[in-house]
Amino acid sequence: MWPPFIIPNDPGGTTIIKTFIDGIMSGQLLDATWVSLSRLLIGFLIAVVLGLLLGFLIYKYKLVDDTLGFFVTTLQSIPNIVWFPLAILWFGLGVSSVIFIVVLGATLSITIAASTAFKSVPPLHLRVARTMGSTGFHLFRTIIFPATIPQLISGFRVAWALAWRAVLAGELLGGSGGLGTLLDLGRSLQSMDLVFSIMIIIAIIGSLIDNFVFVAIEKKVLRKWGITPRATN
Amino acid sequence: MTENHITLRNLHKAFDVKKSDPVIALDNVNFTIQKGEFISLLGPSGCGKSTLLNIIAGLEKQTSGDVLVNGQPVKGPGNDRIVVFQESGLFPWMSVIDNVMYGLLIKGMPKKQAHAKAMEWLSKVHLTKFANAQPHELSGGMKQRVAIARALVMDPEILLMDEPFAALDEQTRMVLHTELENLWRETKKTIIFVTHNIREAVVLSDRIVLMKTRPGGMKNVYDVQAARPRTADSLTINLENRILEELQQEMEKVLKEEFGSEYSLKTNRVHSDPDRDMGSNI
Repeated sequence: MWPPFIIPNDPGGTTIIKTFIDGIMSGQLLDATWVSLSRLLIGFLIAVVLGLLLGFLIYKYKLVDDTLGFFVTTLQSIPNIVWFPLAILWFGLGVSSVIFIVVLGATLSITIAASTAFKSVPPLHLRVARTMGSTGFHLFRTIIFPATIPQLISGFRVAWALAWRAVLAGELLGGSGGLGTLLDLGRSLQSMDLVFSIMIIIAIIGSLIDNFVFVAIEKKVLRKWGITPRATN
Repeated sequence: MTENHITLRNLHKAFDVKKSDPVIALDNVNFTIQKGEFISLLGPSGCGKSTLLNIIAGLEKQTSGDVLVNGQPVKGPGNDRIVVFQESGLFPWMSVIDNVMYGLLIKGMPKKQAHAKAMEWLSKVHLTKFANAQPHELSGGMKQRVAIARALVMDPEILLMDEPFAALDEQTRMVLHTELENLWRETKKTIIFVTHNIREAVVLSDRIVLMKTRPGGMKNVYDVQAARPRTADSLTINLENRILEELQQEMEKVLKEEFGSEYSLKTNRVHSDPDRDMGSNI
């Protein structure tokens, strides 16, 4: 069950590294990676827009907070893959179902992060802006939104990890192409070298996006705002 | 020639109106402020001085009565009345210059012109060097200078200051007193200055309004006739003592309410007779 990693058991036999490199060279793994990543990106972007909108409504209207806000918190306790059977019934086996669970999972967590962040904008900043004559959407665009950026980024960071999981789970069960489907193929072919190769890619992508996108942005913002803990550099 | 700039008429403000025991922050306040006057609102905490300032700013609404600015009732915040708060409230995501330009851009001023005007005001508070710095790189006194520049760049008729120097150290505060006084003389703004620091009020103001508590309101108004720039001479010290004496009655009231019968204030316990060291006790 455990394929050798680098050195084959018999000359010319399979190893994980060999399958990995072959997969990359033939384009099979790269294609699948691209399919999964594009789903992640589309789903995540939709989730960001929806999440910010819902978060704003919850922040703005007490009634929405009491109804939708409560509902969102409840829904969030359901793992997003649980929605997949329903998604298949609604959208059929395919891309839409995968994107649906990606959006669902990430939106809820962004909604909660955004509404909490909007509610915690320092009242002092709001008063300063109002005394300068800022109101309505201008107030949101120039004060409320930028003031919450550090919190929003940590919210996005949590949400994207959920989204990435949802993409793979959806592809694994829904068989619509991408790394998840390839993983399932590897399982049915008993080709553990392929399974491991894909797991390596999933992990690499996870840590790359986390470090080079989210941690990098977070660090930059915190430094600009002057809230970097200097002692831990 | 003087004209009434701000008129407060039968101003009343109560919090928790729905409860049986509402807190009356302002009880029947009547007052007029002339154009170009420097007024201090002085009093113990909870006397409604910040509430009064916020009502004039339009950030809070009075329960009844009128606030007139140039004869027009105040309906909400407006850029003819800019507030400087105790904490600078600079936006941390904007550079210093962007902070100062913020209000000008709301007014619809072209970016270039706004930038030039903001730089001009930054130079008046001696901070052009820090124009492109982020607020967290500045000291407390510098931040407050930026906040003042950000308010004055709007060219408001009225500058409302809510304990703007309370969080600063004594030395910085003294420097900023002088600078504020100079800016005031240069710009001829009407300034309403909330403070709990008697000396600060005496050094800066044309008139000092002593506020009272429970119910909140105005207790007394002092004209400060000492020549500017003011130093600690017999006139100002005498005034300080008169105000302190009256303020002590108010403080006693507050403390009694907070601590009940356990508390009794010893008169002049901290601020002793300034002549004592001169041999008045011999």
